Amino acid sequence: MNSQLLAQSAVQAPHIEYGQLAPMLIVFGLAIAGVLVEAFVPRRARSAVHAPLTLVGLAAAFVATVLQAGTHHVAAEGAVGVDGPTLFIQGTIIALAFVSSLLIAERRPDTSAFVSDAASVPGTQEERESLVAGDVQTEVYPLTMFAVGGMLLFPAANDLLTMFVALEVLSLPLYVLCGLARRRRLLSQEAAVKYFLLGAFSSAFFLYGIAMVYGFAGSIRLSEIALAVSHSGGNETLLLLGLALLGMGLLFKLGAVPFHSWKPDVYQGAPTPITALMGSCTVVAAFGALLRVLYVGFGGMQWDWRPFMWGIAILTMVIGAIVAITQADVKRMLAYSSIAHAGFVLTGVIASSSQGLSSTLFYLVAYGFTTVGAFAIVTLVRDAAGEANHLSRWAGLGRRSPLVAGIFAFFLLAFAGIPLTSGFTGKFAVFAAAVAGGATPLVIVGVLSSAVAAFFYVRVIVVMFFSDPNPDGPTVAAPSLLTGAAVAVGVAVTLVLGVLPQPALDLAANAAAGLFVR
Amino acid sequence: MNLYVPIAVLALIAFGFAMFSLVASTLAGPKRFNRAKSEAYECGIEPTPQPVGGGRFPVKYYLTAMLFIVFDIEIIFLYPWAVTFDALGIFGLVEMVLFIVAVLVAYLYVWRRGGLEWE
Repeated sequence: MNSQLLAQSAVQAPHIEYGQLAPMLIVFGLAIAGVLVEAFVPRRARSAVHAPLTLVGLAAAFVATVLQAGTHHVAAEGAVGVDGPTLFIQGTIIALAFVSSLLIAERRPDTSAFVSDAASVPGTQEERESLVAGDVQTEVYPLTMFAVGGMLLFPAANDLLTMFVALEVLSLPLYVLCGLARRRRLLSQEAAVKYFLLGAFSSAFFLYGIAMVYGFAGSIRLSEIALAVSHSGGNETLLLLGLALLGMGLLFKLGAVPFHSWKPDVYQGAPTPITALMGSCTVVAAFGALLRVLYVGFGGMQWDWRPFMWGIAILTMVIGAIVAITQADVKRMLAYSSIAHAGFVLTGVIASSSQGLSSTLFYLVAYGFTTVGAFAIVTLVRDAAGEANHLSRWAGLGRRSPLVAGIFAFFLLAFAGIPLTSGFTGKFAVFAAAVAGGATPLVIVGVLSSAVAAFFYVRVIVVMFFSDPNPDGPTVAAPSLLTGAAVAVGVAVTLVLGVLPQPALDLAANAAAGLFVR
Repeated sequence: MNLYVPIAVLALIAFGFAMFSLVASTLAGPKRFNRAKSEAYECGIEPTPQPVGGGRFPVKYYLTAMLFIVFDIEIIFLYPWAVTFDALGIFGLVEMVLFIVAVLVAYLYVWRRGGLEWE
């Protein structure tokens, strides 16, 4: 019996295009190398080995991504799509992860963002002993690399099961990383538990959606789902239910309203370098996956999903911008700003054209680098208890440290979309694509909520420059080489994409021209 | 639709049996309580005494349980590979060695960090 079964379906050795998967393989290899470092390098020397290993490895992965330019191919027996938009997104994720890693690698004993001994209970003798001993746990590096590897696979996944595995690979390390803050550990652990519970819930929705779509199409591969959608005459209930559940899982990861409630708490509680990583790389990866699912798998039924995405984009922009006004904590404010920006990017996604795709790609690059730069500044403004995140503590910062406050003001203006910053170019690109796609009302809402958002960005600038400094206010830590480099990259990209955006726009347009491989 | 009728019938029978058992045991069973009977049921053993206010208790076995799952999953991949070894050839061998190395790295980490020591 068994031998008959085997003979009928002779197993063929699959064909794996290692070259095309190289970026992901390099990053996962880095993660495994990082675990080996944890196992065999003495505690004192670990950071010194991890940091260069991570940075050189990410640079190599970036080169491997660039070398694949022009590929338009479904690799690994249909599991992974390698095409223009995917490579652009992967390159963006690797570059942003590189800059975030500069922040993670910041390891002076007084400013390290990470816990000395994650297993000790906050406030106990055990915790004080490990603090005094100057320990810092370095598992952050391999965990980050596993997360980044998952993020690279997430937008490339050409079937829904691979996408689900990638979703879990990127999420699980992030849940742990959120709980590793050195200061305010209870807040950090609360953030980790919240993120884990809500994330597990959204993963379950995503998985249930896969089951529904499989029930409709008889396949989990996006190209075959698209085929089934175009010939659909059968039971569409399964399809609509499945798409709705899939959408919930994806929209949760990028924090669109009404799936956003985790974002402020998690962004506030997580160590700031990890917040930078989540605010840039995770958002880019989630948008990549959403684009691929909507454009490849369900492009044939855009009249069904468009009204809902319209509603979600409007809610996300409006609620993100309005609720941000009342925030008194700078990390929470940036979290709500990130929610509002997710709404702006969604207007580009809804255009569902090559122009929409390229403007979305450009926006993600522009927004990602500004975000990392802004969080890098947040790590610098400190008092005795660590980072001073309350906005009232930032009063008068512009008088005492004009350079840092000036750079932060520049990032805020970029978030607000003022001309000569990358934020303006990005917003202009997505709104132009949305108008061309016939979504003018959406653009009007977008412009109005940009105006609301500009109000709270400018309010922070006013607080920094036009109020009297606190006598016992926070000091600005002198940026070390690593944090300084992260800030410099953020400023440079924000400025260049604002003043001379054409090369980057062309690159995004080239990448998007071939659309996703099927 | 006919396909689902047996399932519905089975569900009804299951529900009915559960209700019947509950009601019947309440009505027919003798009610003679003693101290042992009113304690929480823990598979017949003496319930673990809990310090007032919860307290902490060791969960040493969780590392062992986690390691067991990792190696269990490794075996699940090894069996189908062994059955189709001829068809997959060198490709299968290389991929499987890579997989085993990845699991081995995790094992080395646990070993070096003292995860295998009971005390």
